[in-house]
Amino acid sequence: MIMIFGIPGPLLFGQLLLGLINGAFYAMLSLGLAVIFGMLNIINFAHGALFMMGAFVSWILLNYLGIGYFPALILSPLLVGIFGIVLEKTVISRLYKLDHLYGLLLTFGLSLVIEGLFRNAYGSSGMPYRIPDMLSGATNLGFMYMPNYRGWVVLAALTVCIATWAIIEKTSLGATLRAATENAPMVQAFGVNVPRLITLTYAGGVALAAFAGVLAAPIYSVNPNMGSNFINTVFAVVVIGGMGSIMGSIVTGFGLGVVEGLTKVFYPQASATVVFLVMVIVLLVRPRGLFGKAA
Amino acid sequence: MFGFSRAQSIAFVLMVALIALCPFVLYPVFLMRVLTAALFACSFNLMIGYVGLLSFGQAAFFGMGSYVAAWTMKAWHVDASIAIAVGGLTGAALGLVLGFLAIRRSGIYFAMITLALAQMVYFFCLEAPFTGGEDGIQQVPRGHLFGFLDLSNDMTMYWVTAGVFLAGFLLVHRIIHSPFGQVLKGIRENEPRATSLGYRTDDYKLIAFVLSCTIAGIAGGTKALVFGIATLTDVHSSTSGEIVLTTLLGGLGTVFGPAVGALVVTSMENYLAQFGAWVTVTQGVIFMVCVLAFRRGIVGEIASYLKISL
Amino acid sequence: MLLSRRSALTSAAVAATLPLVRPARAQKPKLKIGVLNDMSGPYANTGGATSVVCTKQALEDFGVATRDMDVEVIAADHQNKPDLAVSIARQWFDRDGVDMLLDVPTSSVALALQSVVREKNKVFLNSGAASSALTGEQCSPNFVHWTYDTFMLAKSTGGAMVKAGGDSWYFVTADYAFGKQLQGDTSTLVKAAGGKVLGAAQYPFPGTTDFSSFLVQAQASGAKVLGLANAGGDTVNCIKQANEFGLNNSMKVAALLMFISDVHALGLDVAHGLNLTESFYWDMNERTRAFTKRVLPKTPTNYPNMDHAGCYSATLHYLKACADMGIAEAKKDGVATVNRMKAMPVEDDCFGTSKIREDGRNLVTSYLFEVKKPSESKGPWDYYKLVATTPGDEAFRPMADGHCGFIKA
Repeated sequence: MIMIFGIPGPLLFGQLLLGLINGAFYAMLSLGLAVIFGMLNIINFAHGALFMMGAFVSWILLNYLGIGYFPALILSPLLVGIFGIVLEKTVISRLYKLDHLYGLLLTFGLSLVIEGLFRNAYGSSGMPYRIPDMLSGATNLGFMYMPNYRGWVVLAALTVCIATWAIIEKTSLGATLRAATENAPMVQAFGVNVPRLITLTYAGGVALAAFAGVLAAPIYSVNPNMGSNFINTVFAVVVIGGMGSIMGSIVTGFGLGVVEGLTKVFYPQASATVVFLVMVIVLLVRPRGLFGKAA
Repeated sequence: MFGFSRAQSIAFVLMVALIALCPFVLYPVFLMRVLTAALFACSFNLMIGYVGLLSFGQAAFFGMGSYVAAWTMKAWHVDASIAIAVGGLTGAALGLVLGFLAIRRSGIYFAMITLALAQMVYFFCLEAPFTGGEDGIQQVPRGHLFGFLDLSNDMTMYWVTAGVFLAGFLLVHRIIHSPFGQVLKGIRENEPRATSLGYRTDDYKLIAFVLSCTIAGIAGGTKALVFGIATLTDVHSSTSGEIVLTTLLGGLGTVFGPAVGALVVTSMENYLAQFGAWVTVTQGVIFMVCVLAFRRGIVGEIASYLKISL
Repeated sequence: MLLSRRSALTSAAVAATLPLVRPARAQKPKLKIGVLNDMSGPYANTGGATSVVCTKQALEDFGVATRDMDVEVIAADHQNKPDLAVSIARQWFDRDGVDMLLDVPTSSVALALQSVVREKNKVFLNSGAASSALTGEQCSPNFVHWTYDTFMLAKSTGGAMVKAGGDSWYFVTADYAFGKQLQGDTSTLVKAAGGKVLGAAQYPFPGTTDFSSFLVQAQASGAKVLGLANAGGDTVNCIKQANEFGLNNSMKVAALLMFISDVHALGLDVAHGLNLTESFYWDMNERTRAFTKRVLPKTPTNYPNMDHAGCYSATLHYLKACADMGIAEAKKDGVATVNRMKAMPVEDDCFGTSKIREDGRNLVTSYLFEVKKPSESKGPWDYYKLVATTPGDEAFRPMADGHCGFIKA
């Protein structure tokens, strides 16, 4: 058996792969945050709560309406996206002219409200959500036993991430978006409805979080705290990747997943903290983030 | 007196009167919690209200102050004044190290780096043997003050806590109204201009940061003595978030705001405890209403209505 | 203003939570019981509101209304924070006149309250917390540990595993006092039985949601048994993910602390075959079924587990002791009340008969259960098959090994 740093090789490969799976969630969540920050200049602290909502909506769809996993994968982001539109129209749009800090504080309050309401309604011990039959079971990869569902998560996440990146960087809609980020009045002058564009961007970012929530539902139990467990790490990912950078958040998301996975082998107690260590170092050495544009 | 305006003097006298009368009506241990929270909020206000730096890691200094004071008290049975002072010194020392790293960044990056550093302090407290991990340091004796005042009596402890709070409160006020404080406000308004006037702004910010951390450490040390316990709650990021809420609700950059905010938030926590998760919902709603409707906070709004500065 | 708001809130809460209290005819002597537990967090279903319901059931079954006494039950949420719990408890004792503190899950919180209760000389009956240190190095003459502890869980579940050939273990442990103690107690037992511990992964608590990495390490270790030294949602997640990674094909899972509510959250298709230990099961015999029938209308979505049953049993026994020695005496001296409780045999519907040992350990019988297959389950919450029974005097750590301070050797 090959040994790497005193750890059997197969175990290490296994951990790298698991790290990538967790990274998939970080990537999807931070991608949404980055899109919202780039466009709205709002640090959406409620992202974790919306991720949790995505999971809960799919649970509700299943238990009250009998709608299964695959339809929920579309429906749930759609519903949460609509909720996002309402949020943006009613409260968030009032903050654009203010300092970043107020956006952060408002969405922080928002996440407290959403999580509290779900906790009151459904308790906090968590609801089970079964893995869809088509994706249950596991495949023996030789070095480890890989649940099929987790493989699906990585595939789905990668597809969505690349699609989002392509839309923003390669299509004319994306070009308009980027232009509006740079100079909104000018784009408005060209006859583009910028406020609507902003609303839709927020809805899109939120829908990404909800999509991640649906993917997460069968792995973790669906519970009101599932978002707040993630949110600090995801913030770190966005900061490390460079705030507002699309590619940065995708690459950093997967990368930090791997770093965290390796920490779990060598010093598991620190696995929740290592991300912050990386964050401090990056902020000190390269404050604009690994992939951020120079200020 | 201490650079108070007329209105502020009246408010100050009112506050002192309340502090003196309340323990005869209300439960003193609850009031002590309000006072330590108020002092902690004052320390935070010094940073956000007068230097314009939002720290998302203020709990690190509060918590470490509380741990070290509790440990000193329990292990060596020192005088209470020494334990509280040690708490303050811990805050200062930690503030110097972390502040040295953090003040190089401003705005949202400052918030993020303080959050990250505080997470590492939290991890240290979780793992270090002297903190007792999840159990915390328990059964900390209150001991004596200056050798003769027995603090195990709730009322005696209350007067000491009130004294510590008032001293800290006046200290913050004094700092703000000193020439040093004027420079800080100048930096908040326009840092490049302050630099061009020849001020080494980073040094000023660092000193303010260390002062703020010292006061947070003193508040933490006092709290540890009052409750006889120092735990992970004190260093947790939710405590940092709560102190932001407290100060925002009371009024950022107002003299009396943090104290009012602490009173409201602590009462809410205490009296809503039986309603479970509704506490978080209420806190969240207050947060949102504050940001949307009255960004100046309770004291700030009153002051602007009366056209005075409080 | 605060005062009036406070009393308004308290009376509202009392009105909501205690329909049993009637306006006193004359000045009846009054006892006050404070249930302090997690009402909103990860342990809200294992304790929470159902504990309060069971406590009140004890008042009803004791017939408080027909006796010359008045009993009031109040409750609060400690959010698993020791400092918050200490401040609530102090207020209860100093201001609200609480005589007995009940339930209190989360070991760190229970340990913190131990000294407060002793200082105020009140009574502390703990049903929810696990740490065996509560009757060991941190014991107190004002305290009774009612329902279970880490030693008993380790001995029952762990012992059964080793006996069945599970002689090599790998632990996944919540990195805090309770998890470490549970791992420690179990390791000692496994080693004493000739088994070995191949490794342990201590994960950050709270906040870990993905356990796959630790599970894969456990699998790679080649151990026969996966010991889960955690509780609540963490245990549920671990078992779910162990299932997902096919660990149940290669190793046995020992959920060292698991309640029936956790089994309910998992669902039988995942949980079946697990071994676990409780000292109470609602469907154990006629008396437990009768008890469950009485409380269920008030907590229809959450069947009572051993923590809840412990609250019932402890309250009932406490009331018996108080009535026996006189309410006024009981209110005055917590140690005397606990001593009286120790002198009387415990007898109720939930646990049958038991005895409280000198160090405050209630010696209840512990049961090892196996979770049923979905096909075997015939009704709602029909989840357990009884595998083994350990009588109370064997289930717990011998008193001499606890090094409890107030007992003269």
